[in-house]
This record gives sequence, structure tokens and C-alpha cells, in this order.
Amino acid sequence: MTITIYETRKTITMSPARPEATHVAVRDGRILGAGTLEELERWGDYTLDTTFADKVLMPGFVEGHAHSSAGSVWDGSYLGWFDRADPDGTVWAGLKDVDAVVARLTTFAEANPDEPLVIGWGLDPIYMDNVRVTRADLDRACADRPIVIMHASGHIMNMNTKGLKIAGLLKPGVNHPGIPLGSDGMPIGELRSPEVMGPAGAKVGFDRGKAIEGSTEGLRSYGRLCVRAGVTTATDLARSLTDESVTQALAITGEADFPICLVPFRIMLGMSPEDLVNFTAGIKKRSTERCDLGRIKVVADGSIQGFTARLLWPGYQNGAPNGLWYVAPEQMAEIFERALDAGVLVHTHTNGNEATQLAVETLEAALKKVPSRDHRFTLQHCQLATPAQFRKMARLGMCANLFSNHHFYWGDEHYALTVGPERAERMNACRTALDSGVAMAIHSDAPVTPLGPLFTAWAAVNRITASGRTLGEGEKISVDEALRAITLGAAYTLKMDHQIGSIEAGKRADFAVLEEDPYAVAPDALKDVQVWGTVQGGRVFAAAEI
Amino acid sequence: MTGPALPVTVIGGYLGAGKTTLVNHLLRSSGLRLAVMVNEFGALPIDRDLIEAEDEALISISGGCVCCEYGDDMVSALMKITEMAPGLDHILLESSGVAIPGSIMASLLFLDGLRGDGVVVMADAAGIRETAANSYLTDTIQRQLDDADIVVLNKADLVAPEDLAATRTWLRDHVPGTRIVEAEHGKVSPQVLLGAIPLPRQGHKVTGHADALFQSRVLHPAEPVDAIVLARGLAEGDLGLVRAKGYVPKPGGGMSLIQVVGSRWTVEDAGDSHAPGIVCIGLKATFDPAQLERLGQLDPV
Repeated sequence: MTITIYETRKTITMSPARPEATHVAVRDGRILGAGTLEELERWGDYTLDTTFADKVLMPGFVEGHAHSSAGSVWDGSYLGWFDRADPDGTVWAGLKDVDAVVARLTTFAEANPDEPLVIGWGLDPIYMDNVRVTRADLDRACADRPIVIMHASGHIMNMNTKGLKIAGLLKPGVNHPGIPLGSDGMPIGELRSPEVMGPAGAKVGFDRGKAIEGSTEGLRSYGRLCVRAGVTTATDLARSLTDESVTQALAITGEADFPICLVPFRIMLGMSPEDLVNFTAGIKKRSTERCDLGRIKVVADGSIQGFTARLLWPGYQNGAPNGLWYVAPEQMAEIFERALDAGVLVHTHTNGNEATQLAVETLEAALKKVPSRDHRFTLQHCQLATPAQFRKMARLGMCANLFSNHHFYWGDEHYALTVGPERAERMNACRTALDSGVAMAIHSDAPVTPLGPLFTAWAAVNRITASGRTLGEGEKISVDEALRAITLGAAYTLKMDHQIGSIEAGKRADFAVLEEDPYAVAPDALKDVQVWGTVQGGRVFAAAEI
Repeated sequence: MTGPALPVTVIGGYLGAGKTTLVNHLLRSSGLRLAVMVNEFGALPIDRDLIEAEDEALISISGGCVCCEYGDDMVSALMKITEMAPGLDHILLESSGVAIPGSIMASLLFLDGLRGDGVVVMADAAGIRETAANSYLTDTIQRQLDDADIVVLNKADLVAPEDLAATRTWLRDHVPGTRIVEAEHGKVSPQVLLGAIPLPRQGHKVTGHADALFQSRVLHPAEPVDAIVLARGLAEGDLGLVRAKGYVPKPGGGMSLIQVVGSRWTVEDAGDSHAPGIVCIGLKATFDPAQLERLGQLDPV
């Protein structure tokens, strides 16, 4: 029963009774209290730890929507436009032209001579004047093994000639809108739309399951990414969990040095609503301190930049047909009703506002049948929600986890192309959500955008796009509101706010250890606040040593 | 892959339209070795009395048929099923209730040895107009119907004659030109849907059609023809054919295999060792053999 009292430059508690403190006392991985040394001494014998004497402590950040594939994706070669840090903390410089992409791929292929498949990820030619990367380009990097590259958006794949050959596509006369042809009549190497990328990837041995869901080993690198970002609780949204994969996840998260509490969601796919809810309710009992189970993710529609999100009138600005449903309304209703009845939390992916509308109406009807006072059903992304939808969500007790990083990376695209200026400016409307009384979190969707709650908060505070445009001045939120969203806000959407999200007596000793006070820096410098590491369940993890 | 390509029929349509009922009917009545691919096992997709064995990956069904689920990786599942269950005659791919069947057909582009045979979309006579009036689903239902080579207007017995007539009209307005077959309890002739036509190669006994809705003829073009022109004529003309399949001699020697499903047609090269003749099946209400006779000699089946 040793007590450790951490001396800090400042501790930000997110607790209104005592918003700031100088010391935090921890016993058995939990917080005894935050206050002055004198106040905390009365708990008895203690060790004073001065490691954080010049650091700022915040509640450990909670990433409410990310994927553990953010770890395993680094098994491939990062080819993105922006600088990005890997789980070891190495920063990979953003690549600014096709030659740079080819050069990095060449090095990667040579360094991994035994890999039958050369995988790259994060390519984003929209920043390179939409240059088209061709199979001839990629052949320069590696011609004797297939190359598969996923674009940052997740909606385009590139292959080299060898890859196309194995996929059975290197032939004239291919007539498919998702397979552009070169002047020679042969596929140029770019593959668009899931119905093309999925099969082509499968033919060359690209493990889509791993790409989307991550691997068991990838959980460890996911944990390391989290430490570097100050995250102590991270969702894995979502996995095709089975009894077996739950056992694996419990083993890895149970390792003594596993640095986060993982919150895996069971995706709706592959099970009837009844089996889905029963299975998820069943695995809830297997939860541990570091693997919190028993939640469901429903996917209602696709993505806005992929033109597969379901939009209300007037739809896409370029006239593209409305997007796709990935769940039938009746199935959504059955899942909601059964989950409410079983006390299982459901988060629903809705990108377009028609999908949001369906989820809202479906929950309203389900709540009439199965009244539930504190359900906290959450809409994930919920990017295009209208003010009326936020008001209705508030009245129904729904939460929103908005994708504030998204408008930095794709806001310019939405402004120019997909939905046009007005709707682009109200995307991820944090101000409206909070003003409407919706419990709100913000997220990264890593690996879609980098895991980094301070960056996510910065994006919600400043709403700046990659080109420097302020997208929706009226939807900005304050630094305090944003920091609340990445701590207590996200914890609330997970029904974990009684355990995590603030530094208060009785809660888990989860801290983000920062080099600077995020309240003291300029709001546009929030993303530059350095993370020293974390404390999770009373265990100290220094980013430099992880 | 040797031998002829394995045909794949996509069975689409909204929830409750009768996709599973149709699949079970085909398992009982087609006489073919079928592989049934379902999106997810969920509620058991196969009638109990047909099941011989069940494990996590595969359900074995009497008559050498199998059923497996494909989840979100259909192509891998398709590649696996042909290995797990050799000797199949036909694959039935049951789509989820909101899937767009044309996208599924597009995936087959990647699979050597498989051939997209056609898209059958089930429409619930008792519910499709109401479902399509739901603004969340209007465009999804339309896109499903647009992709259909054959629409099965199912549960025709569950609605009053005037309602059935109204739904028939509604369907014709929404998919003009698409072949519409009416059915009760998903009972549609497997010969019509799957082209389980008694060709010499398959060695099936020629039994004619028990189904009173259809009539069929065998077409023998007088001399070697351009198979593509003929196939297009059978599919896109107003002959009222739902299904046609058979061999015709090519002008320069050898034969062509013609397959028609609704307005979709394919022509592929075939060896010499086939009896010529194209079995043509049409709805009695719309199929006029006299029109077909202009293309060659007609024999009864």
C-alpha cells in the first residue's frame, strides 16, 4: 500500500471543485487526491516523486474513435504528404512528389527482401496537384514483387505492374469505372471503389482484415503510439471480435508493460442482431482494467469524400448519386432495441446527415419501446449533422463524437467539391453540438489521421484547413472545451466517466504528462505542446523510453 | 482453371423479399450442385431438413450443395468455395438487403473461372411499393431493380389481384424492359433462373416445363451465324425471353456458347463436341414463338 505523491508544475484536473493542483497522490493505481503536498500528506507514508516537478499533468487523454491498425499500419511504408511519427517516435518526412514516393518505396522494398508483398500507405496526391501515380512509377521502386499502396483517404489503391498482373487486371478491354486506363488501353495502376480494391487486394495477398482491423501484434505498437500522444484509454473501433480474439486481446493488454486501457468495439458485421447483442453482452464480463469490453459499432453509411455517405437534399455538389447504406433501417432498429434492452452501448458511424437522421429517428422509436434513461448511444463522425439534428440528439440523450481532424486534411476538398462552402463550414459543428446540449467528444480516426488528441483539440479550436483556410469560424470552440472533449467528453461517450477523464479521488491514475501548460500557450500552438509520456493505472511510461 | 467458367447468380432485393426462400427452393428443385453464399449466417439461411452437417465455415446440404458466409470479404470467400467444394454447377450469391447487386457482379471481374450469369432481384409484392416510398430507401430500391436481369415479383399470392396488378404496373414503370417473373413462395423454375437447361453436355433428361408460366422452344439457326448478333437479338429484342442458352456453329468452324439472362448476354468459344441449338424460355404472357421463328427453325423442348 505504498503511496506515491507526484510533485508537478501544475496539475489540471478537469474537476470544477478543484481545477488545479500542485500534487497528486496515487495508491494502488488509483488517485487518492489532488491538492497541495500538505493536504495529501495526511494519507500516511508516501514517496515523493519529483519526475514531473517541471511538467504539467492532465487527465490521461481518451481517444474515442481510433483503430489499433494505427499501430500495424507501420509494418508498411508511410508515403503521406505530412510529416508523421511512427510508434518508435521516428518522424517520417512528408513526401512532396512522386520521385520521393518512389525513393522511399525503393528503400523499403530493399530493406524487406523476404516480404512477398510491398505495402505502402497514406499516399495523398490531392496535395500534389492530383498527380496520378502510375504502375510505371511504382515499377521503378520494385518490379519483381507486387506493390500495394493505400491512399490516405482509404478510397484509392495503387498497384505496380506485377500487382496488376497477379490481380488478373493487366489486360486490354477492362471496362470498369473504378479502373482508369492508360493511353495503351491497359490499366494505369490506380484502383478506385471498394468493389475493385477489395478483390484486387485479395488476389495479391493484401490482408484487408489486418489493414482495417489491425493485428494482434499491432496492439503493442498502438499502445506505444498512444503513450507518445498522451493517451491512456483508446478505443479500437471496430473489430470482428470472437471469443478467440478477445482471449488474444486480453493476453496482450494484460502484459505488465501494456500502457493503455483498450476499448474494443464489436462491429455489427457477420452476426444477426440477436447474436451480436448476446455475444457483446457476454464478453463484457471478461473486461479487465486494461481491456474494457461490451460495446457495439454499427456502420450506417460510407464517407463523404468517397461519395458513399448518405446525404439529405441537396446531396453532393457535383451531382454524384447519394451514397450507400451499410445497414438496413430494420436491422439498425433491431440492434438498437436489443442493445438497449441488454444495456449494451452502441456507437453508430454516420457521416452524412441522412444517416444521422435515420439513426436519430431509429433511436427515438427504440426508446419508446425500451425506455432507457442513460443509454449514451453515440454518433461517430456525425460530420454533417444539422443544428436541428443536434437539438434532437440532445433531447434523446445521444452523444456525438465529431471528426474535428477531418477538416484540416479534407476540408478544402469538401469546400470545393463534395458538399460546397456552406455545408463544409458547418462540418463537425462542435460549437452547435455543445450549445445544443449534446455531450461531445472529438477524435482522430487513426490511422486515417494521426493519433494525437492535442492536434485534434487544436483542429476543433482553430478549424484551419491544410491550405490555411478557416473553415467555419462560427463552429470554433474554446481551448477549455476542446481539452474537456478529449478527456471527460470522450470518457462520457464510453460510459467510463466514473473511472477516467478527470483527476479526482477514486479515479484511475491516468495522466497525460505535458512539457507545457496547454492553457498557457496560444490557441494556435496547442498542437505543438510536447508530450513527455503518460501514467496509466499508476504506471509511468516515458515516451522517450517506450 | 480448366473447363467452362462456373456461373454465379447474384440474388438481390430488400429484406423480407424472399431471397432465402428462393435459395431454398432452388436447393430443393434445381438438381444442381449449388454453393450458396450468404452475407452472414445470422438466422440460419438454409431449411433444417436440407442440412447434412454444419461447422463454423460451411454448411453441407443434401445433393452435394454447400452454404458459406462471405462477410465483408466476398472475393476471398468465392476463391475459397471453389476449392472447398469442387464439382459445383452454380454459385448463388445472396446479397444483403441494402447491397447494390451490380457492385457484386463487378467484383467477379477478378475471378478467373467464374462467370457472372445474372442478377435476380426479389421484389415483395406485398411490400415493395411501401418500401420504395420510404425516403431512406427509395434510391436504394431503384438501384437494386436497375441492376436486375430478372425481377421476381414474389408473394404474388399474398395480395389482392388489383394490388398485384398495381405493383406490376409500378414495376414496369420503374424498370421498363426488365423481365418480371411472378412467383409464390419463391417458386420460380430453376431452368429460368439458373439456366439449368437440359443441354446435352449436362446430361440432364429433357423434361420440358412443369411451370405453367413459361414456354420454351429450341432454336436452330439455319446456318452458321454471328453469335454476338444472335445473342444480342435474343437479349435486347422484344421477344419476351427470360433465359436462353445453347450452342451455335461459328462461321469459320467451332462453336459458340450463348447465354442470355433477361437483357444480359454473353458469348464464349466452345469446342466442337456440342449439339447445336439454343433453348429459349419466355413468359407465356409475352413470349411469341412466331417472332423467334424468324431466326431459325424452332423445335419443341
